[in-house]
Amino acid sequence: MVGTNIKNREAELNVFRRRVIVATIAILVAFLLLASRLIYLQVVKRDQYHTMAEANRISVVPVVPNRGVIYDRNGEVLAANYSAFTLEVTPSKVQHLEKVLDDLATIIDIQPKDRRRFKRLLEESKSFESLPIRNRLTEAEVARFAVNRYRFPGFDIRARLFRNYPFGEVASHAIGYIGRINDADLKKIESDNLSRNYKGTDHIGKLGIEGSYEAELHGTTGSEQVEIDAGGRAIRSLAKSEPVAGNNLRLTLDIKLQQVVEEAFGEFRGALVALDPTNGEVLAFVSKPGFDPNLFVDGIDPVNWDLLNNSEDKPLNNRALRGQYPPGSTIKPFMALAALENGKRTPEYSIVDPGQWMLPGLARPYRDWKKGGHGVVNLHKSIVVSCDTYYYGLGNDLGIDRINAFMTPFGFGSKNGIDIDGELTGLMPSQEWKQKRFKQKWYAGDTIPVAIGQGYWLATPLQLATATAILANGGTQVTPHLLKEVINSKTNEKRGYKPPPQNVLSFKPEHLNLVRRAMVDVMLPGGTAASAGAGAGYSIAGKTGTAQVIAIKQGEKYDARKIDERHRDHALFIGFAPADQPKIALALLVENGGGGGGTASPIAREIFDYYLLGKMPDLAKRKRRDYDLDSSR
Amino acid sequence: MRITAVVERIFDIAARRLDGPLMVVIVVLAAISLAAVYSASGGDSFDRALGQLRNFAVAFIAMWIVANVPPQTLMRIAIPVYIVGLLLLVSVALFGEIRNGARRWLNFGFVTIQPSEIMKLGMPLILAWYFHKKEEGLNWRDYTLAGLILMLPTGLVMRQPDLGTSILVFSAGFFVIFLAGLSWRILISAGVAGVVALPFLWPLLHDYQRERVLTLLDPMKDPLGAGYHIIQSTIAIGSGGVLGKGWLNGSQAQLDFIPERSTDFILAVFGEEFGLVGTLLLLCLYLIVIGRGFMIAMNASTTFSRLLAGALTMSFFTYAFVNIGMVSGILPVVGVPLPLMSYGGTAILSLCLGFGILMSISTHKQLVSS
Repeated sequence: MVGTNIKNREAELNVFRRRVIVATIAILVAFLLLASRLIYLQVVKRDQYHTMAEANRISVVPVVPNRGVIYDRNGEVLAANYSAFTLEVTPSKVQHLEKVLDDLATIIDIQPKDRRRFKRLLEESKSFESLPIRNRLTEAEVARFAVNRYRFPGFDIRARLFRNYPFGEVASHAIGYIGRINDADLKKIESDNLSRNYKGTDHIGKLGIEGSYEAELHGTTGSEQVEIDAGGRAIRSLAKSEPVAGNNLRLTLDIKLQQVVEEAFGEFRGALVALDPTNGEVLAFVSKPGFDPNLFVDGIDPVNWDLLNNSEDKPLNNRALRGQYPPGSTIKPFMALAALENGKRTPEYSIVDPGQWMLPGLARPYRDWKKGGHGVVNLHKSIVVSCDTYYYGLGNDLGIDRINAFMTPFGFGSKNGIDIDGELTGLMPSQEWKQKRFKQKWYAGDTIPVAIGQGYWLATPLQLATATAILANGGTQVTPHLLKEVINSKTNEKRGYKPPPQNVLSFKPEHLNLVRRAMVDVMLPGGTAASAGAGAGYSIAGKTGTAQVIAIKQGEKYDARKIDERHRDHALFIGFAPADQPKIALALLVENGGGGGGTASPIAREIFDYYLLGKMPDLAKRKRRDYDLDSSR
Repeated sequence: MRITAVVERIFDIAARRLDGPLMVVIVVLAAISLAAVYSASGGDSFDRALGQLRNFAVAFIAMWIVANVPPQTLMRIAIPVYIVGLLLLVSVALFGEIRNGARRWLNFGFVTIQPSEIMKLGMPLILAWYFHKKEEGLNWRDYTLAGLILMLPTGLVMRQPDLGTSILVFSAGFFVIFLAGLSWRILISAGVAGVVALPFLWPLLHDYQRERVLTLLDPMKDPLGAGYHIIQSTIAIGSGGVLGKGWLNGSQAQLDFIPERSTDFILAVFGEEFGLVGTLLLLCLYLIVIGRGFMIAMNASTTFSRLLAGALTMSFFTYAFVNIGMVSGILPVVGVPLPLMSYGGTAILSLCLGFGILMSISTHKQLVSS
């Protein structure tokens, strides 16, 4: 019994030992397998994995360049950058955003306005983008957030450059603004092959100079090699290639003049473009009302947006470029010149104005603005007193196609090529145009209102200014432009605006002089803008105009008092000064301002006074001015 | 002189039941673990390293206590441990707490336990006891019963689901049966049957388990999702090269690319910073532990001790193999920590209880045989 027991025990022990040996062999094989795997990874594939580890930890981060600064012609800063702290959040990293924002509001001041703007941004952006909630944090707020940061994962404070427009509304339509890059911008950036340069950039010029000179202003994005952790957080900088700041721009605008103009407009809506007639530099570019471009920089909040977008005054509409108005009597000097040049009128030819005019063979009268007419009227007087009857006949004799051919080189009916986007063409009608547009023949009767700047003819204030400048300089086709020069941010090298080739229109000097003389007399006693011209001390050439907003029935008298304010006539004025050596040419329009002589020309006078004499407007005089309800045309 | 004598006496009592060679290797591994955990926690805070030190301290005390328990006592508690463990597993299945989609925990209010951990030791204990009792003439019925004892808890753990632990519980029991002498014929036919059954088992796996296997075959299929762990850990190990990037200098580890870097994936940190030299040293240390374990098993005086010591040693090997295989990308990702290296109190405690048993077996044999 004991024997077998021992024997069994021996046998069992032998089995056990053999099994342990087998297990040992298996274990050794397994460890050899592991060892060879480790050797494979750490010796054979080491270089490959080393590269992968480096690629893992090194990330190239774009370094956004400073945007170029915009100055006016005298070096006043119109758009600049400043650095400030902003609180940003990556929405995809936060779960209950609304609730977290409530918590956040206990340590950082978050206005309903900020929330609304953030909400709008949220809808427009991808959830992994970092979006600003609050800009311009105070130092106390930065400190408070830093202490509480652990409570707000996904939130971060960043130092960012902001765009600031120190003059606010002034010249907003010319300078434009920058805004956050949206899908449309992104597509454009991609199609222009600029994606690389826009890495890390949040903003892009949207309108005005900011938009059209985006390529100059943006600069070249630099890059920084940083070590990052798996969460993408930068740990330290390894190498850096500096960004190149965007170029600075000096504009042709005179911001002081601009301020004078905008103040002169007061509460009126309208537009004004003032040019240097010798070279087309835009001295003032006004569209009233304006808007504060600073609102747009970080995404406008919906309330302000609605205010701007739905306002009856349409502050976002750039009237100077996009307002297409009947030019009214302001085109009479051009019509007169056209008739002289085409031999349809001589300086001596005169009519007796009965106050109305009829197409030969038709009984329908075209009325003059002055009941009873202007008596004996020659070409000179027709401009000075703005006689409609004179031009009805003149237009009829010229015919629409001659009018069109003469006016087109002045810039009517086409874009003038100003260096900001959005320009509209206005409308310079012709027989061909009517056929195309309405599939109708041009009737002789269609020409008659065109001859006094009504009917189909539409012009933008910019076009009127360009045409006036051409008239002022004696026929040189200037291109209006806002850029004076680009100043290289690195080398300070200056590169002036390069105008497209300028043609010179040739007119007989005596014709030109006759028209100009008449325009000077417009500003003198007996002329339609005599009060605006009084006591100037330098000679002004001008022409008033009135554009009908609603058609007045034949035989009915226009009475501004009876008409809704928005349906009153637009007041227009074109002019240049000094008349013999023009330094400034301008066109302006006051929406629903009534007559051009009463409302528009005093504004022009203030501008001439300021620009030529440095005289600030007489505020007391301005206060007395009101809607000009009775003035002459 | 008397003070030295007292100190010597105390030391003698303390060290009497400890196995010298095993103790030395375990302490070395613990030291390496502390260094690796410190590095894995960013190298600027002692919190984790101190936590790991505490884990080792607790585990060493437990090991010392178990080492002082004679194997006969262990044999006596085999059945109660197994039954309690089994009951707890059944309660997990009925009232267990669900975390991360798995029902693995029992919440007693003051403490939450994972009963499957108990089975890692309970399984070899009960089977070693079983074969000890059946010492004479094992027949197929004995093996069938053993199989039942093995499969019941394994099945319960697998259902939780916890594939990793169920493999460990199963293998711990299987090693006992293997060492007890289950005939090769049965072993081989079971192996063949298992391979044949694989395609049929595939549909029974959970989606995430299947995904882990597929990920292993092609980690680049989803480099930021399922494949991320494997890719980042192989990059870490591979980029370490022969000599490593140096302690605290592993970019993968320090920059947060390695997930679970102080627990299951600590080998990636260690391999990146200490290179092939470090990883092979680690394998050698493990081999020494295994060799010493087998020596203790061979020299054990009873069937129970032999089988238990052998199975515990083989389990230790399994932990190491599965973890290193997983982190180096040759085995699917299953939640098995690297023995004596990964941060975590439970794993270290259960390993040290096992070492305590080994030491008890190694130091108590004279008493039994005499």
